[in-house]
Amino acid sequence: MKKYTDTGKKDTRSGFGAGLLEAGKRDSRVLALTADLKGSVKMDAFAAEFPERFIECGIAEANMVGVAAGLAITGKVPFIGSFAEFVTGRVYDQLRQEVAYGHTNVKIASSHAGVTLGEDGATHQTMEDIALMRALPGMTVLVPCDYNQTRNATIAAAAYEGPVYLRFGRPSVANFTPEDEPFEIGKVYNLNEGKDVTIIACGHLVWEALQAAEALEAEGISAEVLNVPTVKPLDEQAIIASLRKTGCAVVAEEHNMAGGLGEAVAGVSAAHCPTPLEFVNGKDRFGQSGTPAELMAAYSLNAGAIEEAVRKVMARK
Amino acid sequence: MQDITTLQRIASQVRRDIVRMVCAAKSGHPGGSLGITDVMTALYFSEMNHDPKSWTRSGKGQDVFIISAGHLAPVYYSILARSGYFPTAELGTLRKFGTRLQGHPCVTDSLPGVFKPSGSLGQGLSTAAGIALGKKLDGDPNRVYVLCGDGESEEGQIWEAGMWAAHHKVDNLIAFTDWNGQQIDGPTTTVTAIEDLRDKWSAFGWDVIEADGHDFESILKAFEFAHVLNGKPKMILFRTEMGHGVDYMAGSHKWHGKAPSAEECKKALSQLEETLGDY
Repeated sequence: MKKYTDTGKKDTRSGFGAGLLEAGKRDSRVLALTADLKGSVKMDAFAAEFPERFIECGIAEANMVGVAAGLAITGKVPFIGSFAEFVTGRVYDQLRQEVAYGHTNVKIASSHAGVTLGEDGATHQTMEDIALMRALPGMTVLVPCDYNQTRNATIAAAAYEGPVYLRFGRPSVANFTPEDEPFEIGKVYNLNEGKDVTIIACGHLVWEALQAAEALEAEGISAEVLNVPTVKPLDEQAIIASLRKTGCAVVAEEHNMAGGLGEAVAGVSAAHCPTPLEFVNGKDRFGQSGTPAELMAAYSLNAGAIEEAVRKVMARK
Repeated sequence: MQDITTLQRIASQVRRDIVRMVCAAKSGHPGGSLGITDVMTALYFSEMNHDPKSWTRSGKGQDVFIISAGHLAPVYYSILARSGYFPTAELGTLRKFGTRLQGHPCVTDSLPGVFKPSGSLGQGLSTAAGIALGKKLDGDPNRVYVLCGDGESEEGQIWEAGMWAAHHKVDNLIAFTDWNGQQIDGPTTTVTAIEDLRDKWSAFGWDVIEADGHDFESILKAFEFAHVLNGKPKMILFRTEMGHGVDYMAGSHKWHGKAPSAEECKKALSQLEETLGDY
């Protein structure tokens, strides 16, 4: 199979920080807003470079959403950054009315998503945010997989006209996508052509999917690996084509079952090409304290879990 | 400044529009709309720098008005139509299927004059503050006005916005509160007391003025006061009467969200002079 090299572990939130700085250099309309988490969401480089375009909002996320919507109405491109839970669940109605229904050009920079936030525990670890954001009409939902892709997705989000939810994380993970690969919103990235099974993943689970595919190859199983960083709008044709080719799939994500990428794929499959599917996700649980690695293992969000799901789904073909 | 007799005549017609619109829709919020009509008339027909012909949603080069208490849609739509943003004939479509005049304002079908959706309360002050900051960043000297309800001020986000706007010295922001002391479940003093709004807004670092929301001289003076650029956002507390202009609605929360019957509508219209021609 195609070989992917980890060029050095990096956190995806730093990819966002690098992308934000680059987007800010390219377009003076780009602004950064945070709710007392400038360092955590990696807005410090942008704030240092463009102090007049960095707007501190204090611990008041609801107001931050409204301020951003107002700035967007005047033609700015505001990124609002906080922990994933606090820029989704906490402000759902504000995002619904001022951003999605109001169709304002606000970019939601959602850091520390999923259980890999780690030690802070479940109050800070959302496993429901993709569901909330997918449910909003007109919201684009991006879940890039590594540092490079998060950087490039941030640049693409800034250039895109309309509300965008951009989800990334805290832990250092493999960085393996091409450094300067332009990010195309809506595109499914086929990382490995295969014929026996399709592994569909987003975010931190994409690297795990590649590891699983490599291990499966040794067993003689040819796995196709689709990196789906645009969860909405989903490239249905790419999913359908792969499901028709392999006849079964595993969907892996650092999110609960309800409303996630898994259900999105299941919807496409049910409507167009009923196919056996298995899911690797957080199921229906809250997180807890622990290191990211401990939690990925405890919640079965890793290559081993994907391999097991592949064997299961292939038996159902 | 527009002369007061003219403003009074416009306000009378706007009140007729409100009663007729809500009556035709058989639902809606007449009480608050009638109560804030004089303030809204003064705002659009004397105070604000705006031009329906060159209006864009970005608000560039003009003053901006944001309605935070979105249920006051009837007065908002009437004022916009009477200002020339869209034909007055469209007022008759309020709340009907396919209309641009949704039960609460929205931008889906690009109704001219409307900047954002409103309905879920407590959010407009933040958005208005964002627009005001945007104008400052762009060097646009125009102002941003925003209408909040007193009951709406029970929402925590109003006070988040209050802190933020003062901290960022957004002094081109002129907020005003429809202080009629009534909300759906009864007088604000019995639902969740928000008094005293003067002390609260002063403590939040805003310049505060109180005015009579049914006296055009008092209204226009209050707006004039709010023009000063001294680093502080402005809050005008307009003392108003819910249902003002219709005797059986005046002062009562019972007409917050109820449409009059055909008979009641007739009675209301007999108390409101038709000055500019009904739509």
